[in-house]
Amino acid sequence: MRLVVDLNKCQGYAQCVPLAPDVLQLVGEEALAYDPNPDDSQRQHVLRAAASCPVQAIILELDPPADRDTL
Amino acid sequence: MTIGRSGTYSLDEVVNKFRAEGRIAIVGASLAGLRAAEALREKGFNGSLTIIGDEAHEPYDRPPLSKQVLKGWVPADHTKLPRLRRVDADWKLGVAAVALDRINHVVKLANGEEVGYDRLLIATGTRARPWPNPAEGALQGVFTVRTVEDAAGLSAALKARPKRVLIVGSGFVGSEIASVCRDLDLPVTVAERGKGPLMGALGGVISEIAAGMMRDAGVDLRTSVAVERLEGDDAGKVRHAHLSDGTVLDVDVVVASLGSIRNVEWLDGAGLAAGQWGLACDAGCRAFDINGVVTDHIFVAGDVARAPHVLYDYEFMSQEHWDNAVFGARVAANNMIHLEVGRRPHLPLPSFWSGQFGVNIKSVGVCSFGDEIVFTQGSPSERRFAAAYGKRGRIVGAVTFNHGKWLPYYASLIEKSAPFPPPPPGYDRPVDAEAVPARFPDPREPAGNPDVVLTGHDPTDRSAEFRPRA
Repeated sequence: MRLVVDLNKCQGYAQCVPLAPDVLQLVGEEALAYDPNPDDSQRQHVLRAAASCPVQAIILELDPPADRDTL
Repeated sequence: MTIGRSGTYSLDEVVNKFRAEGRIAIVGASLAGLRAAEALREKGFNGSLTIIGDEAHEPYDRPPLSKQVLKGWVPADHTKLPRLRRVDADWKLGVAAVALDRINHVVKLANGEEVGYDRLLIATGTRARPWPNPAEGALQGVFTVRTVEDAAGLSAALKARPKRVLIVGSGFVGSEIASVCRDLDLPVTVAERGKGPLMGALGGVISEIAAGMMRDAGVDLRTSVAVERLEGDDAGKVRHAHLSDGTVLDVDVVVASLGSIRNVEWLDGAGLAAGQWGLACDAGCRAFDINGVVTDHIFVAGDVARAPHVLYDYEFMSQEHWDNAVFGARVAANNMIHLEVGRRPHLPLPSFWSGQFGVNIKSVGVCSFGDEIVFTQGSPSERRFAAAYGKRGRIVGAVTFNHGKWLPYYASLIEKSAPFPPPPPGYDRPVDAEAVPARFPDPREPAGNPDVVLTGHDPTDRSAEFRPRA
């Protein structure tokens, strides 16, 4: 699976971090670091984390669109 | 709208036919190119889409390359961008566009192929400025950081525990890499030609705070010094750096973070308004030709674009921001398949973030357009604060250090051209809340290319450099 966090929107509420600690981590008080292409085993965690963001900064691709593997 | 006899000309029909059967080519397969392709399909373009990219990779996100990839947490090729939807495009990756024939509507590729288009989106972005001496730049251990290959090479070099890393240039990328080196407990020297880090983007007052952050983290920061020469050993590995103050450093990894070069060389001869600061376009993303006449079929988005901005005296603005690529791509896509009333402006308020030394630095607006700065919230000495920049009595930019929740407030003030200094929040005021000069470098002094550049609209304006054609 893939994700990207819009770090302009992110304001460091960090609601996501405890829900997917292997994928999203806080650096210092406010900066977010994350794994953009985590293993599919993280799916449920990442879904919950994305839903929890008050500014909806987490953009997900849970399953590739049908045309992606034709590259 | 015309009614009646068949064969009567209607622009609406032309647009509908284009949306159903037309050909769009997108040159540039990174963030802006991908998001434009998705937006085109989302908005109902059903014709043929060709996406051309010189890197042999599907679109990937670059910001993690100087942070969690270098730290060793995430592999370099694990930053592929999520897809928002299917795009059904003909992807030509790993091949560069080398020329544009506007008369025959053809993009020429390096492998001899020609791609025809009805409308074209140019999103070729920027590349890292290479080390000025090619022989020295080819030494093992010398890196620039822009691509996935760069990041893979540098993270492997850092993993090998070099004795000293030298970072040349302390803009945002150089500073972030210095921060990663300290997180990895590696000795690191930063050599900055100007008076301090982040000067071009945030000015001298903030630069002093950033320099303090760097030194407190153990970075050997040297300012007002240039690296004149790199020296390698017989095996072709870099070993020493000779500085302009006479010092010689023993280094095994050198990172050149010297700013970016816009990828416009391939447009030579096409008669477009392309130059050092990118390809000029209107606020609706349509490219200008060299005479200042807007084209009909050529659009621009992302780092390579340069467009007039109403909030900044209509000066042409060139941004290297993530948001600019995403929003510009969507506006360009919309405008490629609409006529006048359906077109939208791309008037982004520049927005930026940088994570370094445990601090989340964010900014909004064009801080370098201002000449004064005032600390409005928090404590500069504790490195958690908000500060606003002003020009002639109105707020033009703002920066926060670990104060990101307050940035949208300043963004709303900037959009309204609110007065400067802005009204105080009424709590958590810094001890020193007087406006002072922001101390941006004189354009004549050597400094890097900041991430947002206002290039003026007056040919004699010294913020842009005009060079005669060879």
